[in-house]
Amino acid sequence: MKSGIVSYGGYIPRYRIRPKDIGVVWGADGEAMGRGLNIRAKSVPGPDEDVITISVEAARACMAKVDLDPTDIGAIYVGSESHPYAVKPTATVVAEAIGSAPVLTAADFEFACKAGTAAIQTTMGLTLSKMMKYGLAIGADTSQGAPGDALEYSASAGGAALLIGVDHVAAEIAHTVSFTTDTPDFWRREGQRYPSHGGRFTGEPAYFKHVLNCAQLLFKRAGTTAEEYDYAVFHQPNGKFPVRAAKQLGFKEGQIDAGLCVREIGNTYSGAIMVGLCAILDEADPGDRIFAVGYGSGAGSDAFDLTVTEEIRKIRRDATPSIKEMMADSVFLDYATYAKYRGKILMREA
Amino acid sequence: MRDVAVIGVGETEFGELWDRSFRDLGIEAGLKAIQDAKLRSEDIDAVYIGNMSAGKFIDQEHVSALVADYSGLADMHLPTVRVEGGGACGAIALLQARLAIASGMHDIVVVGGAEKMTDVGEVQAAEILSSTADQEWESVFGATFAGLYAMMARRHMHEFGTTREQMAAVAVKNHKNGALNPEAQFQKEITIDAVLQAPWVAEPLGLFDCAPLSDGAAAVVLCEAQRARKFSDTPIRIAGSGQASDFLALHDRRDLTTLDATVIAGKRAFHEAKMMPKDVQVAEVHDNFTISEILAIEDLRFIEKGKGGPATAEGLTALNGKISVNTSGGLKARGQPVGATGVAQAVEIVRQLRGEAGKRQVVGARHGLTHTLGGTGATAVVHLFERGD
Amino acid sequence: MAIPRFWREIQSRYNLIGTKCGSCGKVDFPPRAVCPVCGRKSIGKMQRFQLGGKGSVVTYTVIHDAPAQFEMQKPYVMAIIEMDEGVRLTSQLIDVKPEDVRIGMKVQASFRKLGQEGDAGVIHYGYKFRPAG
Repeated sequence: MKSGIVSYGGYIPRYRIRPKDIGVVWGADGEAMGRGLNIRAKSVPGPDEDVITISVEAARACMAKVDLDPTDIGAIYVGSESHPYAVKPTATVVAEAIGSAPVLTAADFEFACKAGTAAIQTTMGLTLSKMMKYGLAIGADTSQGAPGDALEYSASAGGAALLIGVDHVAAEIAHTVSFTTDTPDFWRREGQRYPSHGGRFTGEPAYFKHVLNCAQLLFKRAGTTAEEYDYAVFHQPNGKFPVRAAKQLGFKEGQIDAGLCVREIGNTYSGAIMVGLCAILDEADPGDRIFAVGYGSGAGSDAFDLTVTEEIRKIRRDATPSIKEMMADSVFLDYATYAKYRGKILMREA
Repeated sequence: MRDVAVIGVGETEFGELWDRSFRDLGIEAGLKAIQDAKLRSEDIDAVYIGNMSAGKFIDQEHVSALVADYSGLADMHLPTVRVEGGGACGAIALLQARLAIASGMHDIVVVGGAEKMTDVGEVQAAEILSSTADQEWESVFGATFAGLYAMMARRHMHEFGTTREQMAAVAVKNHKNGALNPEAQFQKEITIDAVLQAPWVAEPLGLFDCAPLSDGAAAVVLCEAQRARKFSDTPIRIAGSGQASDFLALHDRRDLTTLDATVIAGKRAFHEAKMMPKDVQVAEVHDNFTISEILAIEDLRFIEKGKGGPATAEGLTALNGKISVNTSGGLKARGQPVGATGVAQAVEIVRQLRGEAGKRQVVGARHGLTHTLGGTGATAVVHLFERGD
Repeated sequence: MAIPRFWREIQSRYNLIGTKCGSCGKVDFPPRAVCPVCGRKSIGKMQRFQLGGKGSVVTYTVIHDAPAQFEMQKPYVMAIIEMDEGVRLTSQLIDVKPEDVRIGMKVQASFRKLGQEGDAGVIHYGYKFRPAG
């Protein structure tokens, strides 16, 4: 018996800002930054949006595609590094907002950008063990980059929800492996507004070490190589790292294109791999095989080998806008409005 | 039920009265009214006060006792009543006082209305006004008080073709009248263009479509009609009163372009007074926004439904027009200290019927009407007055 | 802080839970204990009823003078919306330019922040409406 994705849904706020409009404020060549990161724009949450609203919209999009009783969801976990509350979980609001409350367990997860995939693994265990019928794993973020910092060009907002179970599985998770170490590549101390990072240290010893090692573990566990997959998706802090990692693992451009959303919407942190996976599921056919490797700073990777089943034809994939449609639905902002929406302007005390 | 007449009136100027406190204002209006009625303190049986929100504006509840106290009446241990009903509270207080006399319980009652709105900032004052709408299902969601009336205006424009220019004509007319009223907050005339170009508050309402925030107080003295002649040569009889309520939230109302509460309160008042709208020469209606006056003249059946805009633009409601509406300047130009409104409207009508309105006198005024709203029309009160002779 | 006051309305504000009269079938939002049509006949017969989330704009305004909680969003659009079930409610229209709003346009419910009790206080969520495809 295997568990897998029963339904899925994503949400991306409509606002965008281009690298050049960020660079001009800080005396940097924003366009060059954008090219260097392979990012054309990043998504920005509106003033009335946050990880809670994004998680709810993603969860509702997920439930809209299938006819399931929300009270059959036994667990809801939301992974993020920008939960609106440090104490008071996002997951409880989602539970109320999709009609799952009150008979369920819930919690919020943190592991930088891989908090959502950690939630997937947890709900796999809960459903495989028959403790419950379904679990909802959400990854969502409205992450901030410090003004003028390199991360400001890529840190964006968005999220996705995956309903995990052992019945009506549309994308079976055949294998999952993880690779975790104590690596301080990127972090945020309690109470600090903006994260800090180790510059170039975030590359080889962090992202690449964990993604590549974890990927190799998955190839070994599954007994596969890159050619056997129709799609591959990686954590995407920019449009360069995942492309490089894919190439090193033997994947071709055609395999990674569908899931590489970062180019249009930036790095949605805990949402990134999940949104990429949703973009793939929006177009995948039964029999398609998917190789997914997330990454979270601190650091660790969770990898998944999925196979799409016939069940995907029963999901109403057009019940809500696709990831592609949400990426295209965009309103561009100038830096001042972006700063206003992101709370970067020092306001008078309420 | 006994007949009741007005034997005295008084009011403060209305405006941003930084030097005057709530207590100062309440007392001034009350004392003026008592003097006008040539009353002694011992003659007073009760005090009724209309006040919307002293609790939020100045952190003071229990203002009935406060006003009686500071008017020097504490020793008399009179019954004092504070009445709340959104913007209609002054008119409701008047009605309640009338009932107290009509029933035989009292003979002479002082009715005051007062509000001190400028001790808090503008944003907060607007939020306090919004609390007379549906707090949980309108205000919390972002609907401001002006926004709710703006939505009525939009619908009226959609259904009847009412234009911004016609709404602006209400403000222009009322400022013109206000310029003739020494107590008015604004005594300057304005133009249609000035109204149209004023900054937006909630489209299609701009700054000059909205009555101001004001401080002020007004008072009248009511007396059982037989005794009234002892105090006044020109007692003005309350010929009829009507009050009605409606769904609190605008979105629950039957029709967004008619305030049913006004229609029904008006019918009740006209029925009691055995009068028709055409019998009225002068009316003070609740123009907290320009659209409100247009709705009022339609809902009181002075003008056909939908034609309130053109009627105003054509001058039918101007001073000494077909019916003189808001000769005081209305809430728009005379000012809008919320609790005082209903009482101030009565003061103006009484002055008109006595022939004491000076430059803004309506010739041949025999019957007058006041119309006061609470919230976005969840309460309406109409009083009809006539000369005692 | 008005914690219980907002908490009490969560089901209605998150999920558009109203009531349907067991006597005449009229749908009300928010929930009512007494049907405005049937009066006392309806007491004890009001059933929990969830609105579908779709409706159309009956009237609207663009608010420029905003209350404190909406300062960041001004100018913003408010509308009275008639839901498909017949009942009306008041809400903000989002994801639409003020000049593109029309009486009659179809809208559907979204989940957004309504406000918060300052930087350290509780955040309130509820419905806002966006144009329906």
